Amino acid sequence: MGFSQARWFFEDGLLEPTPFEIGRIGEGGVRVAEPEEELIEAVGSLEEVIPKELIRKELKLPGLSEPEVARHFNRLAQMNYGVDSGSYWLGSCTMKYTPKLVMRVADHPSIRNLHPYAPEELAQGLLRMLHELQEMLSVITGLPNYTLQPAAGAQGELVGALMIRKRLGDLGERRDEMVIPETAHGSNFASAAMAGFKVIRVPPSSDGTIDMNALKEAISERTAGMMITNPNTLGIFEDRVLEIAEILHANGSYLYYDGANLNAIMGWVRLSDMGVDVAHLNIHKTFSAPHGGGGPGAGAVGTTDELRDYLPVPVIVKEGNKYRLSYDVPRSIGKVRTFYGNVGVLVKAWAYLKMLGSDGVRESAAIAVMNANYVRKKLMECGFDVPYGRGRPCKHEFVISLAKLRKETGVRALDFAKALIDRGLHPPTMYFPQVVQECLMIEPTESDSLRELDKYVETMREIMKTAYERPEEILNSPKNAAVTRVDDSLANKVLWLSWKVYEKQKSQEELYR
Amino acid sequence: MVSYLSPNADEGVKRRILDYLGVGSVEELYVDVPSEILLKEPPDIGRGMNHIELERLVDSLLPKPPRLIFTGGGVADHYVPPLVDEIASRQEFYTSYTPYQPELSQGMLQALFEYQSLMAELLGMEVVNASLYDYGSALGEAGRFSMRVTRRRKIVIASSVNPERKAVLRTYLDPLNAEIVEAPMDRESGCISLDHLRPLIDDSTAMVYIEMPNFYGIIEEGAEDVFELAHSKGAIAAAGVDPLLAALIKPPGELGADLVVGEGQHLGSPMSFGGPSLGIFAIRMDMRFVRQLPGRLIGMTKTQEGLYRGYCMVLQTREQHIRKEEATSNITTSSSLMAVRAAIYITLLGPEGLRKLAEKIAYNTAYLRKRLSELDSFSVPFKGAAFKELAVSSSVPWERVNSHLLSRGVLGGFIVSRFFPEMDMGMNISLFSTTEKHGKSEIDELINLMREVS
Repeated sequence: MGFSQARWFFEDGLLEPTPFEIGRIGEGGVRVAEPEEELIEAVGSLEEVIPKELIRKELKLPGLSEPEVARHFNRLAQMNYGVDSGSYWLGSCTMKYTPKLVMRVADHPSIRNLHPYAPEELAQGLLRMLHELQEMLSVITGLPNYTLQPAAGAQGELVGALMIRKRLGDLGERRDEMVIPETAHGSNFASAAMAGFKVIRVPPSSDGTIDMNALKEAISERTAGMMITNPNTLGIFEDRVLEIAEILHANGSYLYYDGANLNAIMGWVRLSDMGVDVAHLNIHKTFSAPHGGGGPGAGAVGTTDELRDYLPVPVIVKEGNKYRLSYDVPRSIGKVRTFYGNVGVLVKAWAYLKMLGSDGVRESAAIAVMNANYVRKKLMECGFDVPYGRGRPCKHEFVISLAKLRKETGVRALDFAKALIDRGLHPPTMYFPQVVQECLMIEPTESDSLRELDKYVETMREIMKTAYERPEEILNSPKNAAVTRVDDSLANKVLWLSWKVYEKQKSQEELYR
Repeated sequence: MVSYLSPNADEGVKRRILDYLGVGSVEELYVDVPSEILLKEPPDIGRGMNHIELERLVDSLLPKPPRLIFTGGGVADHYVPPLVDEIASRQEFYTSYTPYQPELSQGMLQALFEYQSLMAELLGMEVVNASLYDYGSALGEAGRFSMRVTRRRKIVIASSVNPERKAVLRTYLDPLNAEIVEAPMDRESGCISLDHLRPLIDDSTAMVYIEMPNFYGIIEEGAEDVFELAHSKGAIAAAGVDPLLAALIKPPGELGADLVVGEGQHLGSPMSFGGPSLGIFAIRMDMRFVRQLPGRLIGMTKTQEGLYRGYCMVLQTREQHIRKEEATSNITTSSSLMAVRAAIYITLLGPEGLRKLAEKIAYNTAYLRKRLSELDSFSVPFKGAAFKELAVSSSVPWERVNSHLLSRGVLGGFIVSRFFPEMDMGMNISLFSTTEKHGKSEIDELINLMREVS
């Protein structure tokens, strides 16, 4: 299959230039409304409106006309790859298709133009949508209480960890350790640390699930809780989760659930039935909100009744047929974000669930899991090494190891990924989880057709073959993306972090020359 | 049933795949889930709706937005140029993930680098990260940042800092045993009082923080002195800023700030009930600071053979996916698309456009203040110069004022005591805001309606 990403040349060595190189200092592409003469007469000159000594003298920004800005950013867009471009098997990221109707709902003028402090009567419809979203998430996960305030999954983790911390404080317990499996997402460790916990790591057992002996050793009277991802980042369902929950609860500790991988079990297992006390859900993974090139996402947090009084304020309260925002949460951890969360993202989840309905929720998850199993079996047949979970169905994702390929050809997982780019496919997550050597973590979603799954598999088989026959070809990829391999060690050395920093450094270099 | 979104849900295709897998049904793919927790039936969230039903439902739930919005409190009704929406609606931007594969993601990386560069210029700073969630969590991160850099634990903030953001700061610092001290403002001017501030800053102070404009809309005229005071004790001088104000007055960097946070939603994004928004985080190019920076950072570089310019994420060893519990922050998904919107917006307005827009808002604010002073029942309690937001006191109940305004399609001020009684100080304050969407006639209309109440 052929692929060539748009590559806009400006001159030698330069793709699309920055506005700093093509812009003018002066007017841009919008005719800005000017204050009326009469209004200025009424209040006087600018110096009478703003303290004179504070008025800015110089603003060295580039300005471009509207057509110039349109072309510049459209060219940049063409040098980027999205879910609508093709398969995007980024493990633990759930790159599913976002239905356009979901986008249209969030774009509704009455949502876009709603001020966060508008009176509740104007916000009733939106509050109802948010409240219904909470209720639907409650039904799906079994956790009765929700906040939609966290702006992303990691902020949800922080909220959950802070709630556990405060609850323990109220119980008069001094527990300062959080147990986290080594295969967990990096943000789990960072969030636990931000919430003031010391992190205790547990390694996986030989079958890829949590090692029960290691877990028992890790927990003590200092254990506040454990953060688990289920299915875990190897794509394996932690089938001893009930036992894990029991051990933790018997120890007076809480079970936190990282919802990054919920797409596999949505509609099949409720978190409450697994013994989960508090969980975050990534609205931009499981619930179809797009990722926006790195946000905005949203992170709903659900809890049992025991932890309800610790939710961030405000909470959405329903009284009769009316909704309102309540700050009356006596043991609240406070706020982690201004206002009420990424509402424009949250309504996409509401619309998505309304579209799917009960059956759709369950079926979407099953198709995602089915697709992952199909791809895994196909790749195993092609000779790819699946180090964990071979004897059981995987869930929505799985991990392959290219350690053998590297040893025999010198082609690393990184090189393999770059070869995929040349063939028009977004590579899987690389080098994670770290327990697997030369690892690629593969997550097709329910959005991929059989044709696309087969194409991806066939491409991987071909790359493997090429790696043995002509490894240099793989090592020299990509050739068909907008640029060839980017020099990140140079980037980390020169640290051109903004145009200003770059210009300063450039002029210094010229000085020394 | 969901084959319109998931092609392999088609019964025929599904059968082929299941046959290949050697299983009878998708249920068999869940055999590893203990049977006592495996649901037999899907959880009931209602039946799936078709497109038309859902659109009609949405329309039926949502009322028409008000004609004019004068509500303040940190979000204001700015105009969003259509090109910003158009570009941000390109799937290559909005459906992509964090640019982990730089060669395939040069467009997003360059757009984010441009955001960093444009924002640095606007704020008079040198390094801006690729975005945080919002102004509030940016302040929370700033508090933690300053404690890491200085190894001190006292945070001094102006009492006039927005209470939403104060609350987030408290939450973020809660696990660190920090001491947050509020410096009272001068009740006459609404500005921070240096006399009150001076004794609070000492050798244990990690950060001194003020906002421009502050919660009451007042421009801190003594910002330069505040930052100097912070520096004299070795503390981080930090400012929170409305980036539009930075186009009009000396930017925080020029006034001496080491660290700037702010809200980028004003730059080309809709209000959307307060989110998503864009957390701005900017610092000086000082390696002590850069190493402690939270969030993603994009750097310009070259391709490996040296022929082309390229962009990639840099200094990732600060971040959670590598450094885990030692990371400078837990942040992963932040607000990239909002940063791209801001980059488009700034380029589209250009320096003159931004300046004109900021001037218009400043004139509008002054005009609103002048016209309010003509009314008997209303007054502006603080004398300091204001930008965009204006605190207004009333001798009649604000609820009465607002419902009269709303009956004419006008959204009035934010009644501070509704959520933040401590910020009202017994002055019955409502926060108004005025933007480029207002002109003389809109403000006159507001005044005339308010006169009818008093």
